[in-house]
Amino acid sequence: MTGPALLSVEGVAVDLPTPRGNLRAVDHVDLSIGPGQTLGIVGESGCGKTMLSRAILQLLPKKAKLSGRVIFDGQDLVRLDRERLRKLRGRSLAVVFQDPMTSLNPVLTIGTQLIETLQEHLELDGVAAKMRSIELLAAVGIPAPEQRLMQYPHQLSGGMRQRVAIAIALSCEPKLLIADEPTTALDVTIQAQILDLLAREQRRRHMAMIIITHDLGVVAGRTDEVAVMYAGRVVERAPTPDLFKKMRMPYTEALLAAIPKIDAKPHTPLPAISGRPPDPTRPLKGCSFSPRCKYAWAQCQIEKPRLEDADSPGHQYACFRPLNIPAGAPA
Amino acid sequence: MMQPVSQPVSGDPLLKVENLVVEYPLGNKTVHAVSGVSLEIARGETLGLVGESGCGKSTLGRAVMQLRRPASGKVLFDGQDLTAMQGDTLRRMRRRVQLIFQDPIASLNPRRRIGDIIAEPLIISGVKDAKKREQLVHDVLGAVGLDPQLVIGRLPHEFSGGQCQRICIARALVLNPEFIICDEPVSALDVSIRAQILNLLEEMKARYGLTLLFIAHDLAVVKAVSDRVAVMYLGRLCEVGPSEQLFAQPAHPYTALLIEAIPVPDPDVRPAESVAVGEPPSPIAPPSGCRFRTRCPRADQRCSDEMPELREVAPAQFVACHHPLIGAA
Amino acid sequence: MATLELSIDQAAIASPVRTRRLGPLFWMAIGWMTFVFALAAFADLLPLPSPFDMDMLERRAPMSAAHWLGTDGLGRDVLSRLIYGARISLIVGLCAPVIGLTIGGALGILAGYFRGRFETLVVGSMDVLLAFPPLILALAVTAYLGQSLLNLTGILGVLGIPAFMRVARATTLTLARREFVIAAQALGASHARILLRELLPNVFLPLFAFFLLGVAVTIVVEGALSFLGLGVPPPISSWGIMIGEGRESLEIAPRLAFIPAVTMFLTVLSFNLVGDTLRALTDPRQGAL
Repeated sequence: MTGPALLSVEGVAVDLPTPRGNLRAVDHVDLSIGPGQTLGIVGESGCGKTMLSRAILQLLPKKAKLSGRVIFDGQDLVRLDRERLRKLRGRSLAVVFQDPMTSLNPVLTIGTQLIETLQEHLELDGVAAKMRSIELLAAVGIPAPEQRLMQYPHQLSGGMRQRVAIAIALSCEPKLLIADEPTTALDVTIQAQILDLLAREQRRRHMAMIIITHDLGVVAGRTDEVAVMYAGRVVERAPTPDLFKKMRMPYTEALLAAIPKIDAKPHTPLPAISGRPPDPTRPLKGCSFSPRCKYAWAQCQIEKPRLEDADSPGHQYACFRPLNIPAGAPA
Repeated sequence: MMQPVSQPVSGDPLLKVENLVVEYPLGNKTVHAVSGVSLEIARGETLGLVGESGCGKSTLGRAVMQLRRPASGKVLFDGQDLTAMQGDTLRRMRRRVQLIFQDPIASLNPRRRIGDIIAEPLIISGVKDAKKREQLVHDVLGAVGLDPQLVIGRLPHEFSGGQCQRICIARALVLNPEFIICDEPVSALDVSIRAQILNLLEEMKARYGLTLLFIAHDLAVVKAVSDRVAVMYLGRLCEVGPSEQLFAQPAHPYTALLIEAIPVPDPDVRPAESVAVGEPPSPIAPPSGCRFRTRCPRADQRCSDEMPELREVAPAQFVACHHPLIGAA
Repeated sequence: MATLELSIDQAAIASPVRTRRLGPLFWMAIGWMTFVFALAAFADLLPLPSPFDMDMLERRAPMSAAHWLGTDGLGRDVLSRLIYGARISLIVGLCAPVIGLTIGGALGILAGYFRGRFETLVVGSMDVLLAFPPLILALAVTAYLGQSLLNLTGILGVLGIPAFMRVARATTLTLARREFVIAAQALGASHARILLRELLPNVFLPLFAFFLLGVAVTIVVEGALSFLGLGVPPPISSWGIMIGEGRESLEIAPRLAFIPAVTMFLTVLSFNLVGDTLRALTDPRQGAL
């Protein structure tokens, strides 16, 4: 990545007090993304990826405690006052959430929601905002956009709603778009359409994008870099081809292996990962993955591995017993 | 010619669905959820039923179980028509056919202990001996990989999604059924847990000699566990065939579309610019003729006039299309 | 071999620590309720003067060793009347909502489960019942059937049925669509079994929380009716009657009105607190995050 990072997450940790004790949702995460790039954050439920995105957006629940820095476009969002933060969100920093039914206001028409955003951030007048809204809806592939302006979210299908959410997110030409599980709730054919749409818009606007997902397939062909999260930490980070071909972290390998492949023969047993992710209120002393890792040994249970550089540039992993897969060889 | 409930008829398919139609009212309109589906499942087979949301696959599963009464058509289980059954006869049949749901946590009564939940089917079917029930519950919990001692006295909310699904599977197995309908059993679970549950299902199938109808929207998952696969779109079957064959050489354009749309976890595979056009129409007003024609690149006038029926285009592979990708028109 | 899933850690977690802070207020409310109950229950065993004994020489007497809270306008011991009055308030306050809970609750669960015409019938009749102005109805009943404890409890109970029906039906509607009910049907469970074993345990707690709130309301209503002279007939004492009678002595002996009023206030508050806490506890129990 050349040049200064557009977004730089430095040592971010999120703690949530719960009746069962402190929950460390995000445990010292460092990430960065340059302008126009795509970063994929992959992990299963409970790994902290959603909390991380909330931390970046400064939309954490009231009780949460955040430490670290989030530098966006030269400003530390953690220290920014509310007014300037509000102006930044929606304008330079946009979000698309998983469930468009809840991210769109069900009692306002599509038009109202779009126009409101445009008027707020770009200070367009009513007519200009309406024209722009129609353009945006057409750009995201919604047929008959003028009619859609009058419709309510429940009158649209899931795929359409997500397109509207994307239109709203893109309306102010953001520099960074965070897509939090944007296609998880959608059918696979619609998913492909939405991902294509995002990629297309990203190229056109030279926009940076973070895709958060649990599906490694979604990030494989569409990202420049992938970070894998487990139990609140980034356990491996690499340029996409390197992650899939030269992975070092056993969790990454196991995750990839556990996905049923379309070209596998039926009834082949899947290499499952035994056990389940740790309870975040009871963090383990050593590596969080060690109870489930088939390569774990004594050191893994006592000490937490730190992120270290691998031989290829931009590749980092946190493991005491990394895999040594030569490039190109099948897993 | 009512045969006693427990006597199997040899040779015939275990489940035979004939022209099943399921509709239900929505306001003053009708939703045509399933419009004339026929299929057969042989004993010991796993049939995968795949399709996107709104295609009617879940409704079909429920209609087979008679949890939703079909408007017309027959469901022959071991030669006996379930649609004609009521009350006690139907209830007795239910012991042989079980159902596993998508949301494992919602499938368990939040206020009952696991031991009671799993014993429930035994009580309903009249196993009066409490000790015997306890033994059966212990056995089945062990079979699904859970330690009975740690699990029996607890409530569902103390368990994770994957564990709850195991409990649901145990509940489905405790009566030793012959046929299990799995309605999206792994969709709500994490990737690493999915593999566990899929492996478990395969194992249970072998151990208990089950026949499965596996309903899902994820093609790769369906392929992993199925012998044959049926593809459904907007209430009708598009294609049915052996798993490997169907995925290697899909005959129906929709099947090809589905396969292409799957995100492959391999960075070298550039995702093709999707050929999927538009959105699925509503099941309230399905298109005339072939229902897929509004999104199909091969559609023509005939597709709009005439509803295609399933016909064989390759060994054991059936497709409902006027212009299939393989086989003559 | 199926992967043995449950790790030993699970045993350490035992049952989740459900420390929804049952704060000091909750326990104080429980304490007060227990206190009032105990006094009302054991009133006969306590060394109290009779609540009916009129001592015309000691009318409106201040607090003394003989009369701990003094006497009222007719020379009757205030403390004694207060405690016997508690009996009335609690009997009406508890029994009337029980009628609502059982009949309304049952109708609500059945309506929510079976839906269709039965539901329309039930909801319709409840609407008819609600359309009657409750006070007029109570008056009409007492005028026709006479004022008595039984009649009062009965009419208040009947008036409470629609509210319980609504709560039960709403809870049942959300539950009956959940997979665990469908799962029970798929297992071949009879309707009765599903209603009793699957639905009732889940509907009961919210209904019970509502019941406690209903008790609070009924105590107040009984108090109001008695205050107006339409509740229990004299010489039975009830807090409402005491307040009504104390109204005449407000300038000379305000305590005659305030003591029963404060007692009623504290009791109603306690029921409300406990009811609210229970309602909060029973709400989202769906696993953690």
